[in-house]
Amino acid sequence: MNSETLNTLDNYSKNKYKYGFVTDIDNEKPKKGLNEDTIKFISLKKNEPDWMLEWRLKAFSKWKKMKEPKWANLNFPKIDYQDIYYYSAPKGFEKKPKDLSEVDPKLIETYNKLGIPLEEQKVLAGVAVDVVFDSVSVATTYKGELEKLGIIFCSIGEAIQKHPNLIRKYLGSVIPSGDHSFSALNSAVFTDGSFVYIPEGVNCPMELSTYFRINAENTGQFERTLIIADKGSYVSYLEGCTAPKRDDNQLHAANVELIALDDAEIKYSTVQNWYPGDEDGKGGIYNFVTKRGLCAGKNSKISWTQVETGSAITWKYPSCILKGDNSIGEFYSVAITNNFQQADTGTKMTHIGKNTKSKIISKGISLGKSQNTYRGEVSFLRKADKARNYTQCDSLLVGNKCGAHTVPYIDSKNNTAVIEHEASTSKINEDQLYYCRQRGLSHEEAVSLIVNGFCKQVLQELPMEFAVEAQKLVSISLEGSVG
Amino acid sequence: MFLEIKDLSVKIENKNILKSLNLNINKGEVHAIMGPNGSGKSTLANVLAGKEDYEILNGRINFKDNDLFDLNIEERAQEGMFLAFQYPVEIPGVNITPFLHSAINSKRKRMNEEEIDNLSFAKLLKSKASDLGINIDMLKRSVNTGFSGGEKKRYEILQMSILNPDLAILDETDSGLDIDALKIVTDGVNKLKTKNNSFLIITHYQKLLDYIKPDYVHVMVNGSIVKSGGSEIAAEIEKDGFQKFQ
Repeated sequence: MNSETLNTLDNYSKNKYKYGFVTDIDNEKPKKGLNEDTIKFISLKKNEPDWMLEWRLKAFSKWKKMKEPKWANLNFPKIDYQDIYYYSAPKGFEKKPKDLSEVDPKLIETYNKLGIPLEEQKVLAGVAVDVVFDSVSVATTYKGELEKLGIIFCSIGEAIQKHPNLIRKYLGSVIPSGDHSFSALNSAVFTDGSFVYIPEGVNCPMELSTYFRINAENTGQFERTLIIADKGSYVSYLEGCTAPKRDDNQLHAANVELIALDDAEIKYSTVQNWYPGDEDGKGGIYNFVTKRGLCAGKNSKISWTQVETGSAITWKYPSCILKGDNSIGEFYSVAITNNFQQADTGTKMTHIGKNTKSKIISKGISLGKSQNTYRGEVSFLRKADKARNYTQCDSLLVGNKCGAHTVPYIDSKNNTAVIEHEASTSKINEDQLYYCRQRGLSHEEAVSLIVNGFCKQVLQELPMEFAVEAQKLVSISLEGSVG
Repeated sequence: MFLEIKDLSVKIENKNILKSLNLNINKGEVHAIMGPNGSGKSTLANVLAGKEDYEILNGRINFKDNDLFDLNIEERAQEGMFLAFQYPVEIPGVNITPFLHSAINSKRKRMNEEEIDNLSFAKLLKSKASDLGINIDMLKRSVNTGFSGGEKKRYEILQMSILNPDLAILDETDSGLDIDALKIVTDGVNKLKTKNNSFLIITHYQKLLDYIKPDYVHVMVNGSIVKSGGSEIAAEIEKDGFQKFQ
């Protein structure tokens, strides 16, 4: 270990002790409910400049006048916004399990199946660990290397303090706070998230992941992420972790904005595995996420890859605005719903510039009594000469109590646009199952193999180390659904 | 007795397919079943493998001291039964290597043998493939996907040689093969033959039996075996067809 790492480790453990257990400020109880005071409280807590507070309050006043979007094919009880805590307690304060024996054994079983090392299991399960050696040292080494290249990778809170010019220029520039009620809500009350800036011409040498960011254990309920790739730069960003996270929050409303300038490329991969509720549909996260990328410059490219297996409700449409000429937008998605899960997910590709291209590959798998909807919108604006889109949506049904739905919208104002759309819905093939089982694979193994094969086009877009875990995760999500 | 089929009657969708069928196979024997289309040959293969579409009306099957009806499809496979399919199904996106690796390990698990690791398995697969004249590039493709008829059959034989079954059932493996492919496939079978395993070869034509010498030939007509004997029966069928047995 180098000295920089040791120093950081040292500081880290001291800080944890000092601020985590003793100081008075952190003991202040957060209040339930949403009003101007809540927002002022958050802004004060985060020691934000006035302009940030104003920005939040403006978003809040918009939110008050808005209604939740209703287009999705989802059924859920009305959300009581006054019954939610908007500022989660700082780390080291909330009641954490002392060791793994206090953690739900089912969760541990899943971690073991995913092959997650013991130390990482502790972090994921929220066990109070003073110093997580591996991730901290890795993070520190990486941080030094990134700084040398001029890459900024920090929490959004830190960025508001240290890089106000970038924040003021880009925050809300892709997802305006008044876009819809969830984006307004997020803008008003976000407390955590990541900020990435890649300078001109820099090829980020490693996959950036929240996991490697110190203090990133709690990604929070209202996450806000902003990634800017300056001219000619490249970055691959991994969000979340394949292991299931314990989280008591019912409502998640994250906002993610990506901006790619001329010749820049951003690859954003997500594996979402929040608590989906139990076999009877009790509990589970409501996940209302807004993700949008702006291909601002010519020849820029934004690629979304998502594997969605968790949450009771998933409402998510990672989108691309293809403004720069020759820019490219891609969306690769696997959404698996089991038991009583509901997913309404897809993408929006807006072609503005000339020769812009977009590609959509969506694979939906429904099991149990779940409902799985692909919803997509591809539009070509008047100046989008010779723009192209290719869309492929495949749905796979396992069992006969689930549903798969495909809702594609196409809107073209330019008659040189080329649009291709392929869609299929099929039941899991009995002959394939028979074939696999005749070779000695169990029914469950066979289903998992066939489903993984069905998703391969998408899974292979994931970064290597992620792909292996994602495959295992797909198998785990299918468990108990066949027989 | 290795495999004993006694008084087996089977129906599917109100149609009686097998009628009081009897067949005994010992270790190390090669049996051929010949019969016209619709005589129930493939049904017999699928009933042995455990396909769930059939209703067993009567009879019993013993396989390696197990009542076969107590075992499900995968358990029978793990016990050493292999069915080379007449029409192998395509499984897009599933690579043959992990597929067969899981298959061989589930068999080993049942037999309380140590599982084979990735590297050793990859080596094994490569060497078996080159024995069968299968191009390594074919191993990179998804199971049966986009394969020609001949490629699919060779692939079945490759799987058979990896899983090394006690009883291999070949369901019309010769159909749709040209002479070259037929030679490769039958060579593979002959290489696998030992005194400890048995083959049940289902075929329509005598051609296959020019390359694989059966110990016994059975004629199946209308759901039962109407005549059993040596390979002279195959020659008889080649000459006169199935008419005289009906």
